[in-house]
Amino acid sequence: MFKNRKTANLIASPYFAWALVFILVPLAMILWYGFTDDAGHLTAANVASIAQPEHWKSLVLALELAVISTIVCFLLAYPLGMILAKNKMSSSGIITTIFILPMWMNFLLRTFSWMTLLENHGVINGLLSLLRLPTISVINTPSAIVIGMVYNFLPFMIMPIYNSLAKIDDNVINAARDLGANAVQTFLRVTLPLTIPGIISGVTMVFIPALTTFAISTMLGGSKILLIGNVIEQEFTLTYDWHLGSGLSVVLMVFIVINMIVSALTENKDEQ
Amino acid sequence: MEKELITLSHICKSYNGQMILDDLNLVIHENEFVTLLGPSGCGKTTTLRIIGGFEIPDSGQVIFDGQDITNLVPNKRQLNTVFQKYALFTHMDIADNIAFGLRIKNKTDQYIRDKISYALKLVNLEGYEHRMPDSLSGGQQQRIAIARAIVNEPKVLLLDEPLGALDLKLRQDMQYELIRLKKELGITFLYVTHDQEEALTMSDHIVVMNQGYIQQEGSPEDIYNEPENAFVADFIGDSNIISATMIRDELVRILGIEWPCVDKGFGNEQPVDVVIRPEDVELVPRGQGRLPGVVSHIIFKGVHYEMEVQAGGFEWLVHSTKEFPEGTEVDIRVDPFNIQVMNRPASEDEQAIGVEDV
Repeated sequence: MFKNRKTANLIASPYFAWALVFILVPLAMILWYGFTDDAGHLTAANVASIAQPEHWKSLVLALELAVISTIVCFLLAYPLGMILAKNKMSSSGIITTIFILPMWMNFLLRTFSWMTLLENHGVINGLLSLLRLPTISVINTPSAIVIGMVYNFLPFMIMPIYNSLAKIDDNVINAARDLGANAVQTFLRVTLPLTIPGIISGVTMVFIPALTTFAISTMLGGSKILLIGNVIEQEFTLTYDWHLGSGLSVVLMVFIVINMIVSALTENKDEQ
Repeated sequence: MEKELITLSHICKSYNGQMILDDLNLVIHENEFVTLLGPSGCGKTTTLRIIGGFEIPDSGQVIFDGQDITNLVPNKRQLNTVFQKYALFTHMDIADNIAFGLRIKNKTDQYIRDKISYALKLVNLEGYEHRMPDSLSGGQQQRIAIARAIVNEPKVLLLDEPLGALDLKLRQDMQYELIRLKKELGITFLYVTHDQEEALTMSDHIVVMNQGYIQQEGSPEDIYNEPENAFVADFIGDSNIISATMIRDELVRILGIEWPCVDKGFGNEQPVDVVIRPEDVELVPRGQGRLPGVVSHIIFKGVHYEMEVQAGGFEWLVHSTKEFPEGTEVDIRVDPFNIQVMNRPASEDEQAIGVEDV
């Protein structure tokens, strides 16, 4: 594209600078804080503190909720993606807009509105009691957090799955039917395998923010349910123990890196 | 004649209020190479998709081997399709692609292995079992698509413009390949194309379609030598299509001059169209032919010269191995059996079927 490497490097240099200042330096700082104590001595205690029961519990809970949210997002997004891909020409623009529209609103505002919906005397229970139905108590439970995560992250699952479904040539599906496969066999042997790259990027894009969130759990989980994100946030903003917070962040990063390695491996295998 | 394998009767199909097929009737016999030939939008692909089960006709019946399969799902039909642009499964290697249909039918591993090597041998791609489709050229992918279809031993192989995406040389090679495959397999091929040369080269039987109607059916020789209307004459090869009047049997008035011909039964003083192939127009020195004219244009085409000759107010297209420079005064001579007389479309509706610039 560019005449020579020099020009290309020159044009890329602001991005390198950006990456250095805003990505690599903070990362290095997290690692530094994570593996040192107040006196500046190297220590593994911050990272090891994940083994403390309350930290371990919050990590396990965060993993559980992130996995559940990812699965729910996948189960909702796949059928919708199929519907969208089938109507390539006509209504898909409108449906897509409907699902993307909430993203125009501020993330915190969106989550806050779920608070008012789910509260014990909130909108949903108000409607239920108006209809003389039993009310529900969802707010401040893990379920409320999952609802918030699914609502906020669903578009990130829909888009890559829709894109990979839309790329499949109709005749590839027809060919499977032609060769004797019924609708279920066609889906399992052709459609689903062909959309694995889309599923992987959808899963990554939902799982990582769900695992690290603290805003959703703070607003919808009350103060009693602590996810690992909340613990880290509190170390930085309440107890001012940056070393411990960074140490726990490093642990969380390990899970994210594992997730990304798995995706990269599956995608490479797919390309071969 | 072999026995009837597929019968389409009174098939109608329209999309969004636009008629694609209008009361189509077609019989395909066993062990024939049949080509549906026509311009895009003529309904040929829709016909193929109705036989394959990917479209359900609005009305009419599809009979396959004596059974009504009009509403049968594609996976229950004893035929296989080779799609335009191959439609291979890109997430599987070649062996898995070919084995797809056999695995669905729960064939044994040994049977599947034998079939894969037989099919790859048949399409001259031995040793490609573990390649991925994306690493193959277009021509190779098309062969795999054929192999994937034929291992299922269909009674009919449907081919939807399978050579459309290939370059000219490869297309010509694949034509011979398909003829050979057809002979070796001994099954019916139903082939869809807009390329008249492909149709003439490969087919036992050609069905020329336009605007949802069958214009003419017959052997390649019939279609080429005796087109029934101006559309067929114009679509199949180059031709001179001229309005004329049938004076009586075996005598026709073309451009004001009487020509002997061999056609009969059109009545007396009846308006007709005649078609004369460019290679059948003979140019002779002035005074020796029937119609005087002047060569207005000449280009060299390799095998022959292509000339335009102004004669009798008509621009004749002439193919000849003899060269007549521009401006040469010549006479035109046509042997009586080379003048093909066709019925002139009577109504405006029929007119629409034919070519406009007659």
